[in-house]
Amino acid sequence: MDYFAQQLINGLVLGSIYGLIAIGYTMVYGIVGMINFAHGDIFMIGGFIALITFLILVSFGLTAIPVILLIVLLVSMAITSLYGWTIERIAYRPLRHSFRLAPMLSAIGMSFILVNFSQVSQGARVKPVPPIIAGGYTLHEGASGFAVQLSNVQILVVVATIVVLALFTWLVSRTRLGRDMRACEQDQTMAALLGVDVDRTISMTFVIGAALAAVAGIMYLLYYGVVDFFMGFVAGIKAFTAAVLGGIGSLPGAMLGGLAIGLIETFWSAYFSVEYKDVAAFSILIVVLIFMPTGLLGRPEVEKV
Amino acid sequence: MSVTPATSSHTSQPLGSAFILKKALISALVALVLFSLMIGIRTEAGNQGGLIYWTRFGDLATMVGVVFGGSIIVELLRQWFGPVETDKVVPKPVRAAMSFVGHWLAPALLAFALFVPVIFYHQRYILDLAILVLTYVMLGWGLNVVVGLAGLLDLGYVAFYAVGAYSYALLATNFGLSFWVCLPLAGILASFWGVLLGFPVLRLRGDYLAIVTLAFGEIIRLVITNWQSLTGGPNGVSGIPRPTLFGIPLDNSDDGLAAKLGIEFSPTHRLVFLFYLILAMALLTNWVTIRLRRLPIGRAWEALREDEVACRALGINTTTTKLTAFATGAMFGGFAGAFFATRQGFISPESFTFQESALVLAIVVLGGMGSQLGVALAALAMIGGFELFRGFDQYRMLVFGMAMVILMIWRPRGLVGHRAPTVYLERSEAISSDLVKEGHG
Repeated sequence: MDYFAQQLINGLVLGSIYGLIAIGYTMVYGIVGMINFAHGDIFMIGGFIALITFLILVSFGLTAIPVILLIVLLVSMAITSLYGWTIERIAYRPLRHSFRLAPMLSAIGMSFILVNFSQVSQGARVKPVPPIIAGGYTLHEGASGFAVQLSNVQILVVVATIVVLALFTWLVSRTRLGRDMRACEQDQTMAALLGVDVDRTISMTFVIGAALAAVAGIMYLLYYGVVDFFMGFVAGIKAFTAAVLGGIGSLPGAMLGGLAIGLIETFWSAYFSVEYKDVAAFSILIVVLIFMPTGLLGRPEVEKV
Repeated sequence: MSVTPATSSHTSQPLGSAFILKKALISALVALVLFSLMIGIRTEAGNQGGLIYWTRFGDLATMVGVVFGGSIIVELLRQWFGPVETDKVVPKPVRAAMSFVGHWLAPALLAFALFVPVIFYHQRYILDLAILVLTYVMLGWGLNVVVGLAGLLDLGYVAFYAVGAYSYALLATNFGLSFWVCLPLAGILASFWGVLLGFPVLRLRGDYLAIVTLAFGEIIRLVITNWQSLTGGPNGVSGIPRPTLFGIPLDNSDDGLAAKLGIEFSPTHRLVFLFYLILAMALLTNWVTIRLRRLPIGRAWEALREDEVACRALGINTTTTKLTAFATGAMFGGFAGAFFATRQGFISPESFTFQESALVLAIVVLGGMGSQLGVALAALAMIGGFELFRGFDQYRMLVFGMAMVILMIWRPRGLVGHRAPTVYLERSEAISSDLVKEGHG
């Protein structure tokens, strides 16, 4: 039971990270109708920028952890958003009215660019950081000596995810931008006729998605203590799986799917085999798409001729 | 969701140099922010386990300068060539010349390919490269059946390549079966996996299909990596037997081909043999594809690509149509995989990453999806282009990615971007691919 509780905590933390990335996929899919293949790599870039910022701040002698975290968060979100904006501008916007495969292939190319750009610019070796936030609580100590741990990092990841999600929900449901986004999702032509700047709204979608991915990147850095240039690929596919599982296009669904994937992966590693955890995640993707193509919270897609 | 007014792309742009300069400055500024940390600071794991960093502001300044200059050049080129949408009027002689070239290019290339081992007999490097190019031509033609003809976007084609390679490697090393027995087996096994993948994804369309095939490719690779008792895991399979000329080995031994023919042995013999082998296999792929296109099933594939709903309304069984497309494409992938295994003599999961799938897909798309000649030319250009970067391995994929994005923006329909239906009503009319509405494959 203790072991189960521990895995539950680990799974929820991992799921929060996946959920944050999944929102980026689902938003872009909802509005532009394409799979932003490079999104996982934007998450990786976010992690790298957080790492570099952190390193600079520490070397300048800053020791107050909350201040460091705040600056890292802001810098990483800002620069990663700019990456998202630039990618949309260069690789996707010219292809928006092109045939269907074109943006997908362009996105794959962009993904290669990002992966290899960070490999060339930052080297291929894994970058470790010392634990930034130490400590934690022991929730329950069993008779066998197995203790259920809840570390401060885990608390931070979950709390930050909730805060970011609250902000994001407010943005989508209460602001002008959010209304524009929802309008574009339903009907771009009509939205444009009613005075919504479609280009700008789509750009902002990419910017917000990238900012959320940056938050996920920071969480990943804090939680695992490493970044490397290749981490975006697998994380990206898993987050996409999460988005599909939750019902692509649905924002709460993405978070729900993220949590589900995180839990499944953690329990699979804990009870079956660590080697096949990625296989499990990918298999879920296939199974979900076959039996539940609309996901948990998605709308059924009506086939139009 | 389908049609949206192009709001910004058609607005007339000022042509002055001030405009270009302003645009370049903005680009440079964006580049400065983007690259400030990623290029300006270099991190590395230090000796004591911690991280160290050093600054590279020189490189940063260079990159920003490159972006500034590049942006000016791109803008100038764009104004030079005019808007992308305008139709280019091609003078008549040029058009005649192009149709002449188009007519004779394929036979000329084929004739040239036949004589490559004769011309380059003493340049091992070129022979090796030619074999590699032909392998990708074959893979491209195989994938073309799935993507180009049936319109099913497959991002996991490398899985079938892997299945073929491992089938041959394991059958040959464990049971001592010869290449010629294993080749059909590899094809059958790969097409079996193709059907296995095809079944669940029948109902999926477009992007979903792409992601599922991608996941499938990754699953195959992960299983190969982790099933150590069977596949040797990351260490791969080594000591894969070389192919024989129907039982006669091409080696230095007494019953080798050289000894039997009474000529002096040379390692190049094997290369020449491999070259003709893959050439024959690639041509077989091409021939089968061309023949299939004229059969009902090929017509059904093309119909499926154009419009699935209409297909179903006409009574075409989309299930079997899709499955045969997957199986046929996979079979050629399996053949190519078996060839790859016998050529290398060693295979490991590293050869079957997603990058390979993307490369083959890029070849097919660049070749114009459906055009056999285009795919061959694209394979030549891609693999040849890769070879130019032999010295700078780490920049290779970076440039590949950039090429993919630029080509998509510049020619989304591929270099030979025109797909003519094989059958037509009354008179032949090549339909420019830009006019064809995409089916929801």
